[in-house]
Amino acid sequence: MDTTVINKNTTTMKTISLKSWLTDIIVMAKRELLKVKHSPEKLFDVTVMPIIMVIVFSQLFGGAIMGNVKAYLPLVVPGILIQTLVMASGAAGTQLREDLDKGATDRFNSLPISRIAPLAGTLISDIIRYIIAAVFALGTGAALGWRASAGFGWLLVAIGRLAIVTTWALSWLFALVGVLAKGAATVTTISSFLTMFLAFLSNAYIPVTSLPKWLKVIAENNPVSHLITAFKEVAYNGNFGHEAWLVLLISLLIVLILAPVTVLTYSKKN
Amino acid sequence: MKKEIIMALAISTTNLVKNFDGKNAVNGISLDVHQGEIFGILGPNGAGKTTFLRMLATLTKVTSGSASIFGNDLTKDGAKVRNFIGLTGQYASVDEELTGMENMIIFGQLNGLSKKEAKKRGLELLKQFSLTEAKDKSISAFSGGMRRRLDLAVSLITKPPLIFLDEPTTGLDPRTRGEMWKTIRELVKGGSTIVLTTQYLDEADQLADRIAIIDHGSVIAQGTPSELKNILGETTFELSLIKSSQIKQAKEMIEQKFNIEVIVLPEFATLSIKVTDTKIMTQILLLLETEHIAINEFETRKPTLDEVFLELTGK
Repeated sequence: MDTTVINKNTTTMKTISLKSWLTDIIVMAKRELLKVKHSPEKLFDVTVMPIIMVIVFSQLFGGAIMGNVKAYLPLVVPGILIQTLVMASGAAGTQLREDLDKGATDRFNSLPISRIAPLAGTLISDIIRYIIAAVFALGTGAALGWRASAGFGWLLVAIGRLAIVTTWALSWLFALVGVLAKGAATVTTISSFLTMFLAFLSNAYIPVTSLPKWLKVIAENNPVSHLITAFKEVAYNGNFGHEAWLVLLISLLIVLILAPVTVLTYSKKN
Repeated sequence: MKKEIIMALAISTTNLVKNFDGKNAVNGISLDVHQGEIFGILGPNGAGKTTFLRMLATLTKVTSGSASIFGNDLTKDGAKVRNFIGLTGQYASVDEELTGMENMIIFGQLNGLSKKEAKKRGLELLKQFSLTEAKDKSISAFSGGMRRRLDLAVSLITKPPLIFLDEPTTGLDPRTRGEMWKTIRELVKGGSTIVLTTQYLDEADQLADRIAIIDHGSVIAQGTPSELKNILGETTFELSLIKSSQIKQAKEMIEQKFNIEVIVLPEFATLSIKVTDTKIMTQILLLLETEHIAINEFETRKPTLDEVFLELTGK
């Protein structure tokens, strides 16, 4: 009966289905990628940064920490990869906050789309950023002589099934920060602090055995350390062992807890 | 019969309330918006205009009361309601990094159009809004006025029958503002219903068929611009005489005969009379004629919407 009225105006009534739900998420992800296309500098943190980090860290500290650069590479290359990924995962929060502040989120919420689509779109487009980060960090490492001794297949497993999955799970944490924080600048500050803390108080750059005891306890229990250890185990020894499963389990828990909380906060925000 | 009346309404709200932290930002608004009209919501900053609009656009939950959009319950059928509405917020929310067409395609697809349909409709809209130069260029290269226009164009991608405009011209220069007004008028010709909030009285006066004045979350007056002007109920009738020597005589005569107050503005030999009944004006003119008091010129002046607004909001 409503149609008699609406027909006049030829409204497109969108049918909500699983397909439309997926399309919405893909369109939202595409939006993020188009932004990158127009401002390629947005990829700085996953391209130039890992290149510089791998070169500088290996050349600067290689000799001091392990005696020579070549011996330091197996330790530092996965470390920098994971650090880059963790830092890249922080960007999701900033993006969400900007959309909320600019009124874009309001606009999206007035559309006949599932309310999770803007959030999911951002987080999914991030996966492409993670892949780029992995290529640049490991590519630079390889150019300097780093090798994944278990072979290319295991390396892909380490990246795809471990590093990116874990980072993606972590990005939910930063998405929550983004939804809760007051402004985009605050999100960046909080994310930088968290990622710095997570990356440096770990085994990313140093063997933890060199640390004072209290710091060693922290570094060993840092989830990032677990991830790096697991990554090395898979990439160097071809063993997707209990450390790797533990990391995946933690990631799953993070998503199971944070995803509903973030989505709820995000929609309650109004 | 009753059902038909409800259907003819684009919006109907009953006692709509929005409470934020114990304070009612919207404090029981009941109003009807007819199809095909421009309905203006006028009020000072913080009056609850935007909150009211956000509730109608399903962006914020209704605390109590009810509302229907084209006969669909706002709280129960939010998902359906979103098919009928287009929203343009206070700030341009299109992606500045993206081109005009990319924005069109994204919003078209999110509204359920195929990429091809979205492209076609996007092209039409870019033409209609004179935005063709922004088709393949990032929006950030263009003026604020153009961004606003694109923002509006994007919300029209599915020809929504109901369009919400939240302060559509705030921050625009007078020329761009005029262009925006023109665009809004054209939309209504196409059959859309428009609800716009504004803090500019002249905007409401120029555009709106009907206006609700909102203050402290409540509607304090509602009607057509001329009805609202009639709230003050007075027309000012001003007469200037040729001979300023006769002014005192004229004042006394009119006051006596019609029992109304006459204010003398001596520097122009002018009498200013507030009249509620326009017939009195003719009688005053006749009286002066019979008494041989020559009139230089006269004019009548309706109160401006500004005066009504100030009177009602007590500011």
